[in-house]
Amino acid sequence: MLPTLNREQLMDLCRRMFRIRHFEEKLILLHTEGRFSGHYHVYIGQEATGVPALSCLGPDDYLFTTHRNHGHLLARGADPARLLAEILGRRDGYNKGKGGTFHTNVSALGFFHTSAVVAGIIPLAGGAAYAAKAKKSGQITVCLFGDGALEEGAAPESFNIASLWKLPVLYLCENNGKYGRGRAVGAVRSSTMAAYPLTDLPAAYKIPAQQVDGVDAGAVHGAVSEAVKKIRQGEGPQFIEAQTVRWPGSESNWPVVPVPTDVSLAWDSSAVPEAVKEWYRESDPVLTFVRELVEGKVATREEIGQVEEKVREEIARAVEFALASPYPELETALRDVFA
Amino acid sequence: MREIAYYEAKLEALREILAADERVHLITDTTTGFLGLSPQRTRFREIAERYPERVISPPISELASCGLGIGAAMAGLRPVVDVVTASFIFEAWPQVVNEAANAFYMSGGQTRAPVVFHVLHGLRGGGAAQHSHSPQAMLWNAPGLEIVLPSSPRDVKGLLKTAVSTDNPTVFLDHGLLFDVRGPVPENDERIPFGQADIKRKGKDVTVIATSYMVQRSLTVADRLASEGIDVEVVDPRTLVPLDFATLLASVEKTRRVVIVDECRQSCGVAAELAARIAEAGFDKLKAPVRRVTTLDVPVPFSRPLEDFISPSEARITEAIRAALR
Ligand SMILES: Cc1ncc(C[n+]2csc(CCOP(=O)(O)OP(=O)(O)O)c2C)c(N)n1
Ligand SMILES: [Mg+2]
Repeated sequence: MLPTLNREQLMDLCRRMFRIRHFEEKLILLHTEGRFSGHYHVYIGQEATGVPALSCLGPDDYLFTTHRNHGHLLARGADPARLLAEILGRRDGYNKGKGGTFHTNVSALGFFHTSAVVAGIIPLAGGAAYAAKAKKSGQITVCLFGDGALEEGAAPESFNIASLWKLPVLYLCENNGKYGRGRAVGAVRSSTMAAYPLTDLPAAYKIPAQQVDGVDAGAVHGAVSEAVKKIRQGEGPQFIEAQTVRWPGSESNWPVVPVPTDVSLAWDSSAVPEAVKEWYRESDPVLTFVRELVEGKVATREEIGQVEEKVREEIARAVEFALASPYPELETALRDVFA
Repeated sequence: MREIAYYEAKLEALREILAADERVHLITDTTTGFLGLSPQRTRFREIAERYPERVISPPISELASCGLGIGAAMAGLRPVVDVVTASFIFEAWPQVVNEAANAFYMSGGQTRAPVVFHVLHGLRGGGAAQHSHSPQAMLWNAPGLEIVLPSSPRDVKGLLKTAVSTDNPTVFLDHGLLFDVRGPVPENDERIPFGQADIKRKGKDVTVIATSYMVQRSLTVADRLASEGIDVEVVDPRTLVPLDFATLLASVEKTRRVVIVDECRQSCGVAAELAARIAEAGFDKLKAPVRRVTTLDVPVPFSRPLEDFISPSEARITEAIRAALR
């Protein structure tokens, strides 16, 4: 389902989804080339959650994200070139090379702190919401985290406080475990949470909680814009669980691209390896959105192809920029410890 | 003696411990257990499958998992809780430092909690600020915890066996960069007692006291300096609690120069404590000031050149040894 937005807005969502997809696919390539070290996580498969969800926010709202942050930053408008430079540990990265993939952060876009400690941000989001409430600024806070974060004690403790004090915070839980590894096939069920469905946990603290199909941009947009409205009206915290199907490239610990994304895959999946065909046909949020745009007569295949082409060029320039950016001066390692 | 890889020695220890003692339960990711993200991690699965009732995957709940290990230990089991990355033990801090460490003492010696917490500590390359901690010095500030830092295939096996057999809560700090190191490991049931330092390399010019992966790094430096005629003695305490200070001091009294290498931060780190003890006990024997090579007092930056810059690198160890000899 398409979000109820005008053509220009829908094409903007399309552009941002492509930007995430092509950024991440390029990043995986750069990692296999040994351009950066360490563990990393990509946002492929969750584009139709982050992009429409963050489009519901105002420019002054606050955000917190996790180890799986690249897509959130790009959805919010981060420059792919500086983001990539950060992930490659270069001087022109948003965090001056200090953060890397785990901690990419753009405070100008409302992000305070990107923690790779599972659930590390959940208490902090309550704090930012508390401050906004104290200042009567009207800002809300969005806390983006995965299904696994609910397993940490930080989650229920924070839900309790947010509910008691009616804090203006949206908990957007991205459950990327649908049909995934370690999960019961066919069930939207986490193998490691006794609270099932996941919405039972916030609901126990009287936080209004709902599930939404995270592959459906329209459903996400509808649920998030409604929740944001309620939070701004002073109704306190809201919880949304967006369910996506794990991208097969993320099945192992080190992502691999089974087939490079191209808009043509939306209508012809013959280039997709058999083993992953189902995902690209049924669960790929970008291809799903693209098909909806065409079926809804918002844009033609050619027009969407042009958007994708522009994004490709933009990402190619980002790679060039990031690789040309030097490593930071060694002495900078000793700076920024204190404000 | 046969030579095997470090990770093989570690897996062998786990296998033998599980076979020998029914009280041992492993709380760990059953697909990667005890080997973190290393390429060898899949080798654990066979152990998990063999003991489905005693090897169990927890949810992402470090506080509850560590606490469960402590409680189960109080009630007669010998649990080993794998926290994986050492930085995540902070999620379990209240249980580890305020419950486990205090239980025996504050019960007036009634309650034992023979649990083992296993972590992978240190700079691993691209781990950035939140995945690179070496919490051994912080843990040393919680009396009641035994602290183990293996550095060789033989040690990891023998020390792991001792860890599950002592009656105290033990933090077993391993290092992912050691997994590929090869070395001799006896085929018997060797247990390496806690509180017994090991001279990893004999030398007469300068003592290097090193822990964990820094032992391997120091040995590399020592070999290189040998070609210049500098004879380095490398001493590995192996356990910080209990500490075999006598062996460390004897080496320092012999060479009269000492460099201490550890991955904790400089301030209040393991090297700081050892330097203080050496100054108190052996000041008159020293011909040069004690030198410390540690991680610099900043959070860990992601960018590789910066990470290398703040780490106790071969270059900095070499420089400290030369300075101690001047
Ligand atoms: C406190 C803590 N424990 C363990 C980890 C290791 N870890 C990194 S990502 C991850 C899984 C997180 O799952 P989820 O929250 O669902 O996020 P996803 O990666 O699926 O987006 C784990 C266990 C961590 N980063 N922090
Ligand atoms: Mg998840």
